Amino acid sequence: MLAFLVSSIRLGMAFLFGSVGETITEKSGHLNLGIPGVMCVGASCGCFAEYLYLSKAGVNANYFLAVFIPIVATLFGGAVMGFIFSFLTVTLRANQNVTGLALTTFGVGVSDYMIAETGSIYSKGSRFFTTSLPFADDLGVVGEILFSHGILIYLAIIIALATAFVLSKTRIGLNLRAVGENPATADAAGINVSRYRYASTCIGCAIAGLGGLSFIMDYLNGNWEYCIDAIGWLAIALVIFTVWKPGLAIIGSIIFGALYIASSYITGVSFASKEIFKMLPYVVTIIVLVFTSIRDKKENQPPQSLGLPYFREER
Amino acid sequence: MSANAAIELKNISKYFGGNAANKNVNLTINRGEILSILGENGSGKTTLMNMIAGIYFPDEGQIFIDGKEAVIHSPKDAFRYKIGMIHQHFKLVDVFSATENIILGLSEKGRFDLKEAAQRVKEISDRYGFEIDPMKKIHEMSVSEKQTVEIIKVLYRGADILILDEPTAVLTPQETRKLFSVLRKMREDGKSIVIITHKLHEVLSLSDKVAVLRKGEYIGTVKTSETDEGQLTEMMVGKKVSLNIDRSEPKNCEERLVVRNLNCVDREGVKILNNVSFTAHSGEILGIAGIAGSGQRELLEAIAGLQKVNEGEILYNNPKTGACDNLRDKTPMQIRDLGVRLSFVPEDRLGMGLVGNMDIIDNMMLRSYKKGKSLFLERKGPRDLAEKIIKDLEVVTPDAKTPVRRLSGGNIQKILVGREIAASPTVLMAAYPVRGLDIGASYTIYNLLNKQKEKGVAVVFVGEDLDVLIELCDRIIVIGSGSITGEVDARTATKEEIGLLMTKSADSKGGQAK
Repeated sequence: MLAFLVSSIRLGMAFLFGSVGETITEKSGHLNLGIPGVMCVGASCGCFAEYLYLSKAGVNANYFLAVFIPIVATLFGGAVMGFIFSFLTVTLRANQNVTGLALTTFGVGVSDYMIAETGSIYSKGSRFFTTSLPFADDLGVVGEILFSHGILIYLAIIIALATAFVLSKTRIGLNLRAVGENPATADAAGINVSRYRYASTCIGCAIAGLGGLSFIMDYLNGNWEYCIDAIGWLAIALVIFTVWKPGLAIIGSIIFGALYIASSYITGVSFASKEIFKMLPYVVTIIVLVFTSIRDKKENQPPQSLGLPYFREER
Repeated sequence: MSANAAIELKNISKYFGGNAANKNVNLTINRGEILSILGENGSGKTTLMNMIAGIYFPDEGQIFIDGKEAVIHSPKDAFRYKIGMIHQHFKLVDVFSATENIILGLSEKGRFDLKEAAQRVKEISDRYGFEIDPMKKIHEMSVSEKQTVEIIKVLYRGADILILDEPTAVLTPQETRKLFSVLRKMREDGKSIVIITHKLHEVLSLSDKVAVLRKGEYIGTVKTSETDEGQLTEMMVGKKVSLNIDRSEPKNCEERLVVRNLNCVDREGVKILNNVSFTAHSGEILGIAGIAGSGQRELLEAIAGLQKVNEGEILYNNPKTGACDNLRDKTPMQIRDLGVRLSFVPEDRLGMGLVGNMDIIDNMMLRSYKKGKSLFLERKGPRDLAEKIIKDLEVVTPDAKTPVRRLSGGNIQKILVGREIAASPTVLMAAYPVRGLDIGASYTIYNLLNKQKEKGVAVVFVGEDLDVLIELCDRIIVIGSGSITGEVDARTATKEEIGLLMTKSADSKGGQAK
C-alpha cells in the first residue's frame, strides 16, 4: 500500500508538470495539443544533457550539476517547442489544433531519434534525481510519503503553487487570464496579446517538458520508455479534470497516478483488464467534464477564447 | 480657436478601401460640455470617434488637444491625453469582477492590491452617483451595470473626455434617465462628454451642442437651445437624391402576408418586437425603414420561422390553394416550401445564407439537398443553376467551383439573392441586400427585386438608405425600437417624414412628431 502511494506520487508529478504547463498555456487562450510531443522533447533533451555531463565528469559527477544541467536543457527544449507553436499559430496564423497535433508527432519522432543517438550513460543520472531528503528514513511512514522523493517531485509542487499564486494574485496573472478570456478586451486595455501568448506558451511548454524528464529520470529510474506521449495526453486531460486550477492539479495528479498504476497493485488482474484500468483517468475526466457542464458555473469553464486565434484587424 | 476647447479636429479624413468613412471633418469639443454627434447609420460617427480614441488613425488631418497637435496611435495614447471611449460592444471579461476589469492592463506602481482598487472604484461611483458592487462578476450583471463598469473604467484611468457610443441603445428608459443624470454631474465636474446617437429626443434633452454628420461629411454644429427636431432631421438626412430606379405600378395586389400583433423577446427577455402588424401584398415591394437593430432582423426571422414568436400571428394566403396558413405553427422548412423565402443579408453576409468554404454549386445545393431519390448527390441541377446565376447576374468569378469566400461582397450577395429567387418564391424577404455593394451591383439587385414584383411576388425589402427605399418601394413601414411607428406611401413620402418616424421610439410616442 505504501509503495503504491509513493509510486502514485512519483508518477503523478509527471502529470503535474505537464498539466501546470498546459494550464499556463491555456490561460492565454492557446490550446496546445502538442504537450505529449513537448514532454518527449523535454525528456530527451534532459537525457542528452545528462549524457554529455556524465560522460565528461565520469565518477566525479557532482549532485548539483548532474541535476541542474538536465533540468536547464529540458526547460530549453520545452521552450523551443513552445516557441515553434507560438510562431506557427500567432505569427503565421496556423490553426492551433492542427499545429498541436503536428507538434506531438514531431516531438515523439525527434525524441526517439535523439535517444537512439544518446549513449545510455544518462540512465546513471537517475540516482541523482531520486536522491531523497536525508532525514526521510528517520520519520517512518510519514517520511516515506512526504520526504522520500527526489528533487523534481518538490519542484513540481512548488511550480504548481507558484503558478496558482501568480494566476490569481498578481497583475501578470490577471492580464494573462484576460488574454485567454477575451483578447480583444485585453488588447483594448493595452495588454500586448501576442507577447503574453508567446511567453505563456514558452513557459508552459518548458514546465511541461520537465514532466517528461520526471517520468524518465524519477519514475522509471532512468529507463527510456516509448510511452511519454501517453503521459502527455493524460496531462491534458488533467487540466480539464482540475478545471484549470493548478492548485487542485496537485491532488488531481496523484489521483491520476494512482488510477494509472492501480492495476499493477491489484492481484489477479489479467493483461487485458490492466489496459481497462489505464483508461480510468480518462473516464473520470469525462465525468468531471459532464458535471461542470451541467452545473455551468462560469468560474469552472475553460478560458472563453481557448483555441481561438486573435488578430487585431479582423474585427 | 476658443480658449475652452479640449479637442479640435481639423480636416480629418479616413478611408476604408476606396470609400471615405470621414471626409474633411472639423469639430470642436469644449470642456464642461455635452456634445452629441448625430447621424444615420454609416454616417461615420463611430469611425470619427474611434480616431480620437486611438482605434483608428486618421489618413488626413490633425487633432489638437488643448491647442497642441496630438498623435494618437493606440487606446493607450488616448488615455495619456485623458480621453476614454465607451464602446457600444462592451469590452469586459465575463468571469472577472468589476474591479478586476477596471484595473485590467494598468501598470501602477506598488503592490497589486484588489481591495484598495475596489475602494477607489467605490469612491468614483459615489462621487457621480453610480450604483455598483465592485466585487460583482460581470456575467452576473445587467447590461446597464456593465455599462457602468465601462464608464468607471474610463474614469479610473483619469479621463477628462468621455466618448460614449450609443450608450442608450441597450438601456431601458429609467436606466437612460439615470445615465443622463450621471453625465450631467460629470459635466458640472468639468469633464467633456461626447455621445454618439441617432435619437433626436435624447440629443435635445441632454446635450449642449449637436454636431451632425451625413455620409462621412461634417454638416455643422448647432446649439441645442437654438434648434428643433425639424432642423436636425433635415441636417441628418439631407436633401433628396434622385436615383432613377425604375418602378412600375403594383399589379394584382392581393393580401399575401398578414402579420398581426407580433411580439417577440430576445434571449435576455428584452422585448424586441412590440405589437407589430402589417400586410404585404403580392406584386408590391414593401419597404421597412428603421435604424439598425430596431427589430428588423427579428421580424424577418419570425416570419421565416427562425425566431420564437411570443404572441401574435403571421397569416399567409397561399395563392395556389387559396388556403390561409398561420406560419407561426410551422417549421422553417415548411415555411420555405410554401414559397416564403428569406434572402437575409445580415452584417455577416456568409453567416446565414452561404457557406464560405464551399463552392457556388455546393451552396446552391444547400437549398436542394433534400430533393432527389438516389443515394448519391444530384449535382447537375445545382450546377446549371449556379451557371445560370453567374451568367444572368454577371457574377465575377473564375468558375462555379470557386469557394464563395473568395468572391467579393457584391458577388456573394448576388449569388445569395439569385439562389432564393431561383426557387420562384411567393414572398421574398431581403434585408440590406445592397449593403456594401457598388452602384452597378446595387442596380442589378434592384432590377431583380422589381422583376419579382412584376411576377406577382410579395417583396419585403429592409433597407437603410432612405433614397433607395423611397424610389424602389411602393409602401414603406417604419420600425422604431421594435414597434411600427408609421406607414407612408413611398411615392409621396419625404425623407424628413421617414427620418422623424425612425427616430421616434415607443417611449417617446406622441408630441414628438411634426
